[in-house]
Amino acid sequence: MARTIFEKSRAGRRGYRFSGEPAPAPSGIPDSYLRKQAAGLPEVSEPEVMRHYVALSTLNHHVDKDLYPLGSCTMKYNPKLNEDVAAIKGFAGLHPEQRDDDTQGALEVIHLLEEKLCAITGMDRFTLSAAAGAHGELLGMLLAKKYFVDRKQNRRKVLVPDSAHGTNPASAHLVGFQNQALPSGENGEVDLDVLNRNLDDETAVFMLTVPNTLGIFESRIGEIIELVHAKGALCYLDGANLNALLGWARPGDMGFDIIHVNLHKTFSTPHGGGGPGSGPVGVKEALAPLLPEPRVRRENGRYVLAADGAESVGAIHSFYGNFGIYLRALSYIIRHGGDGLRRISAAANLNANYVAHALDGLYPIPHGKRCMHEFVASGEPFKKYGVRTLDIAKRLMDFGFHAPTVYFPLIVPEALMIEPTETESKETLDRFIDAMRQIAKEAAENPELLQTAPHNTPVRRLDEVTANRKPILTAPLEDSTG
Amino acid sequence: MSFENMRFSKEHEWVQFEEGSNLVTTGITDYASGELGDIVYIEFPEVGQELKSMEPMGTIEAVKTVADIYAPLSGVVREVNTVLNDDPGIVNQSPYGEGWFVKIEMSDRSELDGLMEKHEYDRMVGKG
Amino acid sequence: MPYLYHTDEDRKQMLGELGIDSEERLFDQIPEEFLITEPLPVGEGLSEFDTLRQFETLAQKNTPAGDMVSFLGGGVYDHIVPSIIKHLSGRSEFYTAYTPYQAEVSQGTLQVVFEYQSLIARLTGLPVANASMYDGATAFAEAATMATRITRRRVLLCAENISPRYRKVLKTYTNGQDVVLESVPMTSRGDVDADALRSRLSQEVAAVLIQTPNYFGVLECPWEYREAIKETGALLVASVDPMSLSLLRTPGEYNADIAVGEGQGLGNDLNFGGPLLGFMACRMEYLRSLPGRLVSETKDVDGRRAYVLTLQTREQHIRREKATSNICTNQGLMALRATIYLSLLGKTGFRELGKICHEKACRLSQMITGCDGFRLRFSGPFFREFVVRCPVDAETIIAKARDKGILAGIPLTKYFGADYRNDLLVAVTEKRTDADFEKLREVLETV
Repeated sequence: MARTIFEKSRAGRRGYRFSGEPAPAPSGIPDSYLRKQAAGLPEVSEPEVMRHYVALSTLNHHVDKDLYPLGSCTMKYNPKLNEDVAAIKGFAGLHPEQRDDDTQGALEVIHLLEEKLCAITGMDRFTLSAAAGAHGELLGMLLAKKYFVDRKQNRRKVLVPDSAHGTNPASAHLVGFQNQALPSGENGEVDLDVLNRNLDDETAVFMLTVPNTLGIFESRIGEIIELVHAKGALCYLDGANLNALLGWARPGDMGFDIIHVNLHKTFSTPHGGGGPGSGPVGVKEALAPLLPEPRVRRENGRYVLAADGAESVGAIHSFYGNFGIYLRALSYIIRHGGDGLRRISAAANLNANYVAHALDGLYPIPHGKRCMHEFVASGEPFKKYGVRTLDIAKRLMDFGFHAPTVYFPLIVPEALMIEPTETESKETLDRFIDAMRQIAKEAAENPELLQTAPHNTPVRRLDEVTANRKPILTAPLEDSTG
Repeated sequence: MSFENMRFSKEHEWVQFEEGSNLVTTGITDYASGELGDIVYIEFPEVGQELKSMEPMGTIEAVKTVADIYAPLSGVVREVNTVLNDDPGIVNQSPYGEGWFVKIEMSDRSELDGLMEKHEYDRMVGKG
Repeated sequence: MPYLYHTDEDRKQMLGELGIDSEERLFDQIPEEFLITEPLPVGEGLSEFDTLRQFETLAQKNTPAGDMVSFLGGGVYDHIVPSIIKHLSGRSEFYTAYTPYQAEVSQGTLQVVFEYQSLIARLTGLPVANASMYDGATAFAEAATMATRITRRRVLLCAENISPRYRKVLKTYTNGQDVVLESVPMTSRGDVDADALRSRLSQEVAAVLIQTPNYFGVLECPWEYREAIKETGALLVASVDPMSLSLLRTPGEYNADIAVGEGQGLGNDLNFGGPLLGFMACRMEYLRSLPGRLVSETKDVDGRRAYVLTLQTREQHIRREKATSNICTNQGLMALRATIYLSLLGKTGFRELGKICHEKACRLSQMITGCDGFRLRFSGPFFREFVVRCPVDAETIIAKARDKGILAGIPLTKYFGADYRNDLLVAVTEKRTDADFEKLREVLETV
């Protein structure tokens, strides 16, 4: 296995030199403030650093290599144009404390993106500062909380369907709301009777994902939102699945009060091995005064970064959020235009349905035959061979694909959540379908092949139990003293 | 092994008691440890902590699940099995023996009557 | 259409498989009242070239700090970003991958995070660091709420010289919680007033929150605060500038319980303040209260060393509302850049960089205080940033300097009110040269 950068360290090697070296000992700092030993950083040359990280990179599966059907994550192709846009020095070299006169282009970018997100979602106002989807949810909950506090209403309850992402209850809890999980109906949708029974004048928010995590559009969304509003509560949309709706339907039109969208899912900004993301939050006019920085306004033909109003919930980021991600998302929207965005969702839904249709039967899809941009199949039939969903996921890697999301949502046993996205060709989908069929066959004929999979990956199954019982979270210090 | 002096809760804890003593030993059942899989961490209540029957007194973690441990009886925690901090896998190996969790001084002996006997518990988890 | 594959023939065939005749049918689930038929009002699509040109036009409306002589800091610093970093972090293998859920095909990302955790641990002198947070402000707020969870206490003593932006985020984050924020004043040296701190201590105090160097650039004496709170059971949470740890005593050395900070300067661009890189480290005993992702070394079934996400039961996707935080990601790409940066500079290079920044800051402060009417506002030692008390309104200096292509600093009145009207926060990095200093002097001397 690959050595760590620390194990490659040799005393005296240098990777980078600054002009002005060697600098004098720090003269302005008393001894008592100084660290006793230099930090134990590795000592390696630049070519070694290059080779080390190139070698590591090759161990990753990634979208530019092949299909990444990780349900709910929208692993679509990340257009290279976006990277070029974000690298323009006039953006990347801007300091957040520069005056508005020097940042007119950047403020215009923020303004434009807010405007376009409003147009796409039907919301009245957007704020961009949340640095990830979960961060957007937190902001959304803060907004809801303040909305009711300002109105002197003591509403403490948040309702969340049992099919929801775990972040939903976690975000609600962070701002002091109490969660209540609602069991989904037989068809995987919100059960209106259950909702009605649980709605009361203590209910602050109903958090909903549309289409839901099963890839199903809530067919009674209008009634649901009316019910919630009738009780004086707000409706929150987790926009994780917006890729299914672009140009076809808008959460704002349905009546949602607060939504967050994920620029790193729907709007193609790269996932970066886990981040940075961006989770802009959109609201209806009634909540607009509560929004945090950045508040960009157009005044007398120029853009100004206005301070928070008195009603704002405050700040949730050091500055204005992940600006570099806004550029990529805006570039994506401008490149596609209205018609292009509509085509994206059509293709995303077509691809998901095509795969679902081909796999149904082999891998049962408990919640209906038609889906939106993703669907949830079950590995249940293979349990009789001693094969679990995890084994199917691991075996898929031997075919060069990333695994789907597994064991989520919790309401489908042995869940396999598959989201192909729109940027996959029919040939790729066919290859994936063939692999899934082959795996189904193997499960019956040679279950051990699956139970011990993957076989062709850089490493095989890992000892997670020991990693949890006795985690090793850092490299030993002596590794860089060699 | 004999389960005569043991009672079981619907949350899968067991209690071992002796006549003439209010000190009981508790743990989680074989069935529960099997369902959780390899146990990686246990969060204990503190010694001296007061417990109320069927309220959470700690948590038990496997790699990808976490479950509450409920106090099977009301009382005061007298001892916790700190050996499990270093080797939580003992719970999987010996749930009714070395894998015990806490010793509780019962405050109400009659609560034992509200718990199940082994055969009743087995029936509940579908093994009886 | 850009980035879409299907030919008309593909589409026809695929729809045929589904037994439907048009794409519209794929949206049958949506009630008709909500279906829209007109294209969204976001303009017509543009070609790649025209899109890029539009952004270039927008960028031309900016004058980036990178093109000027910049003395701006305040949490984001204009350090050199070595060439290798963009080439490595621009590799598809890194930036088009997601969270390493499937460890077998994510060893690259996982090992990078493991190395990143190790590097942050070594910088901070603490035994464990997470895979990163959104930014310095949210890491700070999460550390504060983590301290309230660990101690089950509700009072947070927050030094008034901590970044006003961090304090604002902390206030927002603690809004919904049963937490009381109390401010601790500072001395004329610019550091925390230890006596005032002592007088505010009680058994209710969950943590003392400090920043070093603090927002004014002044170095704190955290070991004194540690001593002061020793008997109270309160935690010490330090927000630290990682660059300063090239020279300064580490949070581990002064027994901080949690250290956080902003890692943007470690190989990341300014990016108008985002994306940034929050880091977080703590003592081993608090590991299970730590928010965020963690990677552990382990072995695969063949006995090969490998890496995997661990202690996930702390996280929201398993523990749901009882999670340590709702964070589901890290700033993966920024953490990658910091990892490459620290490895490249290495033990000697990183220390040299710290010395260079400090030496230049000392020289610039002497030059400025040599100008008529200019002095330092605070007398405490600093690393590479300090507050200048100007003979006139700081905004006047800033405007004059800007005319010469210089960003002189941050006007402190913006955050601290009228008492700071003449105060300018000035930061120096290795990029600034004697010629830059000279240019600034010329401006100051015209005042």
